[in-house]
Amino acid sequence: MIKLKQLFACAAGLMSISGAVHAEYGLNMPIGVTDTSRAVYGLHMQILWVCVIIACVVFGAMIWSMVYHRKSQGAVAKQFHESMAAELVWTIIPFVILIIMAVPATKVLVDMHDASDADMSIKITGYQWKWRYEYLDENIDFFSSLDDASNQARQVGSNIDPASVDHYLLNVDHPLVIPEGKKVRFLLTAGDVIHSWWVPDFGWKKDAIPGLVNDAWVRVDTPGTYRGQCAELCGRDHGFMPIVVEVKSAADYKVWVDAQHLATVASKTLLVDRLDPRELKNKGKAVYRTHCVACHQKKGEGIVGIFPAITASKIVNGNINDHVDVVMNGKPGTAMAAFKAQLSDLELASVITYQRNALGNKVGDAIQPAAIAGLR
Amino acid sequence: MTTATATVSDGIEQHAPAKGMMRWITTTNHKDIGTLYLVFALIMFMLGGAMAMVIRLELFQPGLQFVDPSFFNQMTTVHALVMIFGGVMPAFVGLANWMLPIMIGGPDMALPRMNNWSFWILPFAFAMLLSTFFMDGGAPSGGWTIYPPLVLQGGNGFPFMIFAIHMMGISSVMGAINVIVTILNMRAPGMTLMKMPLFVWTWFITAYLLIAVMPVLAGAVTMLLTDRFFDTTFFSAAGGGDPVLFQHVFWFFGHPEVYILILPAFGVVSSIIPTFSRKPLFGYSSMVYATSSIAFLSFIVWAHHMFTVGLPLEGELFFMYATMLIAIPTGVKVFNWISTMWRGSLTFETPMLFSIGFVIMFTIGGFSGLMLAIAPADFQYHDTYFVVAHFHYVLVTGAVYSIMAATYYWLPKWTGNMYNETMGQWHFWLSTVSVNVLFFPQHFLGLAGMPRRIPDYSVQFAEFNMWSSIGGFAFGLSQVFFCYIVYKTIKGGKPATDQVWEGADGLEWTLSSPPPYHSFSTPPNIK
Repeated sequence: MIKLKQLFACAAGLMSISGAVHAEYGLNMPIGVTDTSRAVYGLHMQILWVCVIIACVVFGAMIWSMVYHRKSQGAVAKQFHESMAAELVWTIIPFVILIIMAVPATKVLVDMHDASDADMSIKITGYQWKWRYEYLDENIDFFSSLDDASNQARQVGSNIDPASVDHYLLNVDHPLVIPEGKKVRFLLTAGDVIHSWWVPDFGWKKDAIPGLVNDAWVRVDTPGTYRGQCAELCGRDHGFMPIVVEVKSAADYKVWVDAQHLATVASKTLLVDRLDPRELKNKGKAVYRTHCVACHQKKGEGIVGIFPAITASKIVNGNINDHVDVVMNGKPGTAMAAFKAQLSDLELASVITYQRNALGNKVGDAIQPAAIAGLR
Repeated sequence: MTTATATVSDGIEQHAPAKGMMRWITTTNHKDIGTLYLVFALIMFMLGGAMAMVIRLELFQPGLQFVDPSFFNQMTTVHALVMIFGGVMPAFVGLANWMLPIMIGGPDMALPRMNNWSFWILPFAFAMLLSTFFMDGGAPSGGWTIYPPLVLQGGNGFPFMIFAIHMMGISSVMGAINVIVTILNMRAPGMTLMKMPLFVWTWFITAYLLIAVMPVLAGAVTMLLTDRFFDTTFFSAAGGGDPVLFQHVFWFFGHPEVYILILPAFGVVSSIIPTFSRKPLFGYSSMVYATSSIAFLSFIVWAHHMFTVGLPLEGELFFMYATMLIAIPTGVKVFNWISTMWRGSLTFETPMLFSIGFVIMFTIGGFSGLMLAIAPADFQYHDTYFVVAHFHYVLVTGAVYSIMAATYYWLPKWTGNMYNETMGQWHFWLSTVSVNVLFFPQHFLGLAGMPRRIPDYSVQFAEFNMWSSIGGFAFGLSQVFFCYIVYKTIKGGKPATDQVWEGADGLEWTLSSPPPYHSFSTPPNIK
């Protein structure tokens, strides 16, 4: 019976192979959209078939003896218990199979390691729990977090049906955009703990480690949107830092780059103005919801023992300079990051103003973006 | 052999066990300590299982319904620690305590007082680990692999976990020393090394692995402790350290550890399959050599757990080739078990069913292990549910199945009562169907792109997760049934004969069932 189960399992595996090209609902590894991913898929199928064939032989012999060598069938046990020839055969044959497997695997591995001659480079930094993308040649730099619809739906007791959310947990506010057909080199690192950047359609994942820089590369020939997730446990919201990559044609990519440059200029000019505290507070709410809520919680109550409350916090209700210091420079040895590296002057000013005047706090003061800029 | 019975009656008069609780607290008897280990392991197995049920409940459907993500992470972390250090390892030490002295014709373990101590450390270690659930910040939630910097963010539970791991390590090392000293010194005259049952051999090798790697783990966690509390920077790049260094040290412990969890299982299965095939074990000496080769290789493959950290090309190639090599001695073992069954005279009592289940499903786990060894493909598999499926096939349907098989095989010897065969077979079939519903779909989940250690997932993973959860609940209930079968057998049942199994061979079957409190005070004659 148990072998029957095994057969069903094999059959299920085989079916998955024949119907592998489901975009959204897969049984098998995606073939992906790069030469690398196709090579990896090939290795995967090759080793899978080797395993299936060996399984058929090994389990077949086992089933045979279970059926024909049963005591209830009157089988009498032979007493042989050694054969040098057999031992040699089943040592040498697997060894040969392994060598046959190792050759193509080595080739693919060598190719994956070769990140030279890239057309452009993007630095990827993992933070709890978002990604930062810096285009090293373009002066483009932005964060990418879980989109708001998924974020609402994924709260405990939200009563929102995940199926009603577009790409639940696999959608972000600002996707990474790269041009088609170009060799893009990624430099991966992290700002706090270890993360891992993984888009299955590209055929690899690579760890983003604080203090170290890893590299990897991709060349995508088909424009489209490709999704993935952080693959290394990175704390409470590890399951909620997706990756979305939009691959655009050269022309569309150019349009996107220009739009990014315009947006940067616009945000710079804004800083000159002195903003109304109420406006800062309103902007701060959105920043809080994206960057602070995971630890400090929706109503600022925190989680006892690990994440301090914002509500009635001594720092938030004390001198504003101390408050600004903690937010900008973080608290070493804890999950509190140095947010000056992650947020703009405007975002910092508004989230600090928001924390001081909401979530049960009523300090009544505010800080301007220009003041934050002066502290950098 | 007949002398054994005679000596025993003397033994009972002189050294009857103490009465009541004190018997268990002060005992230095290998059988009592074996029982303590086994009962403790069963309790931990059910406790770790309860945590797995919380995990499967939350993953039953997409969206967060029951627990906060940080509590979910505590569940996955402590589930693993409890199952590995509290479930499987103590269960095997329990089997070693019960069976090793008897199998080699010795009177007891060589170091009986240390034996008592190495058990009694464990309840305190686990009380400490589990107490972290009631501390501010909760239990450790950085995964059982406790990678820095994440683990350093933990709450007050962090140092308690470190000290609990230290205590578990001390217990394991003492247990291992005891096993080695017993095997080297307590064998009956004529019991040469190459005559020892394979269970003794595999434990002998396992004990060396334990002594080699538990101190490595102790060192790694101590460095974590000083990084957190004494401003060292072993694992922080900002201070000249390296987060990846921890992973190297951890997996230098961690990979031999997985063989610590599986080598004794090989020994158990190598005892049971010949019994129910009514044929001697095929290729005894090649089994011994294969076990030794696996033990050696286990020290030089650790970085295959770290293919994605950015190793140099040469490193990845080396660890890929070395890992693939492990398939060879492991294959030799599987082929030998099948050759043992070949042309035998098979019957399918519960221990045999669990052993056959072991061979088939452990091999499936071995196949996915071979797939994971291919480094470029591992870049896809790594840290997904494919890995979760892989190590649960080797650990649940591998290690745990062998412990179940051993329990059914030797329980009549230990208690003097036969278990209920119908119930045993029901337990096997319920477990086997449910465990495959539980873990097989996880291969598909991983290949389709579901990362491990996440409390919520995208909707395309919903169907297989639901299957997996249903299988999980059924598997959990099946183990409650197992507890009942064991309890019932201890309380009573059809008296077992000394031989118990028609085809059984070995010194344990020459003793009465249950065996006398002190066995082989006079060494038996070895053929």
